[in-house]
Amino acid sequence: MKNPYRTQSIAFAFLFLATLLIVIPVGLIVVIIVQKGLPAINWQFISDIPRQGMRAGGIFPAIVGTVYLVTGAIIFALPIGLLAAIYLSEYSKDNLFTRLIKLAIVNLAGVPSVVYGLFGLALFVVFFKFGASILSGSLTLGIMILPVIITTSREALESVPYSFREVSLSLGASKWQTIRHIVLPNAIPGILTGTILGLGRAAGETAPILFTVAAFYLPQLPNSIFDQAMALPYHLYVISTQVPNVDEKIRYGTAFVLLALVLIMNLVAIIIRYKFRKRKKW
Amino acid sequence: MVEFEIHDLNIWFGPVHAIKHVNMEVQSNEILGVIGPANSGKTTFLRTLNRLNELNANYRMSGAVELQREDVRGIEIEELRRKIGMVFALPLPLPLSIFDNVAYGVRMHGERGKRRLEGKVEETLKQAYLWEEVKDRLSESAFKLSGGQQQRLCIARTLAVGPEVILFDEPCSGLDPISTAKVEDAMVKLKEKFTIVLVTNNVKQAARVSDKTAFFLNGELVELDKTDKIFTAPQDKRTDGYIRGKFG
Repeated sequence: MKNPYRTQSIAFAFLFLATLLIVIPVGLIVVIIVQKGLPAINWQFISDIPRQGMRAGGIFPAIVGTVYLVTGAIIFALPIGLLAAIYLSEYSKDNLFTRLIKLAIVNLAGVPSVVYGLFGLALFVVFFKFGASILSGSLTLGIMILPVIITTSREALESVPYSFREVSLSLGASKWQTIRHIVLPNAIPGILTGTILGLGRAAGETAPILFTVAAFYLPQLPNSIFDQAMALPYHLYVISTQVPNVDEKIRYGTAFVLLALVLIMNLVAIIIRYKFRKRKKW
Repeated sequence: MVEFEIHDLNIWFGPVHAIKHVNMEVQSNEILGVIGPANSGKTTFLRTLNRLNELNANYRMSGAVELQREDVRGIEIEELRRKIGMVFALPLPLPLSIFDNVAYGVRMHGERGKRRLEGKVEETLKQAYLWEEVKDRLSESAFKLSGGQQQRLCIARTLAVGPEVILFDEPCSGLDPISTAKVEDAMVKLKEKFTIVLVTNNVKQAARVSDKTAFFLNGELVELDKTDKIFTAPQDKRTDGYIRGKFG
């Protein structure tokens, strides 16, 4: 005999199990990295340059490099992505051409990051002659996160109720005024969500910076955007696989710093988003 | 004076022929009630006057709509919509404060002076019979107002940009009888200064407030006459049937 209540309990159990399966690995990763990495964290580790062939000292240049790269990527990708999203959601007509563009953007988000790295090498490093530099790396990371920013921004813009636009237009506001004063302010929380996602990805990727900026070992800070820089994900790769006899503590400490950096940057964006959400009035 | 002149107006949305061969005039400083069952083209007709239909990609029209003898398609669209205000079926405040809702349109038309904005907000909120209720809470969100208050706020917002015509699209469909009475009072007062086109599902409302009444059915203008005449001696059997509640 079928008992509908039991079916429901079984369904709930499976759904709960699936959720648990997602949470456990995430929790484990954090616990292991904190457990093994935290002992390495001290002022010297964060503020000193790597010493003794990266087996001692700190990781300051890599932290600075990653901050520069992520900032550069956002400075490049956010304005362009946002403008493209505004065009696609507010101005473009719905036809085959724009649908192809939208499809291409969504698919670009799925392109492997190493392909972006190769693209950045060909375009920025070689063709534009920026060399392996913070500029090339930032632009490559920026292009990599553009699809994420465009897609989420578009969704944020389109989720602003259509009636607000009609009201604004019916009062004689121009289309641009309507976008600028009604649509955009109400889409900011969603746009920031896209930025957070892009930011995390830009900070963590190794492949795009491999050919375009990352230095194996550079004991001083970059002086300009045309300098090479160390970066945390690549540094982590180097000390984990390329340099023998690196203390485990240092490897996990580096991972911990990378994780903390991404979390701190996300936190800033989340706080801004929360501020804007509170202003949301419908 | 003639406010609107409509010549052989036809409207299509894709394959749907929504308005068919409509010819009519709307006089200044009167309330024209537009009645008819659902899908009769009332709202489409209304949105043709301020060209809001053009937001729909499938929209096509033929014929002409003239505002004071000037084709509406020849008028700058922002200017046209400033001259022809609109109040929607549901109260639709913008996600701004009460003050900013009223000031929004004025600001968009270039007014920056704080004094003048404050004056305008107070003046139009009074015209919409809302000032006394909100004067101490102008900086609160407009969404904190009741439905009837929100609708009067929308009227004030429309008045603030200085229109000549106000279009009402079933403005009381979401309101209780007391709020409805307040909105209707406001409309009758507004007639002195503005031309009003009122689309309504409520036949009695048209009888109460409008000077002339137009009856639309299936996209055709069946009859347009003085309200008294429409409700006592309609020329067309279909009008008679609708106002007596035989269909609709």
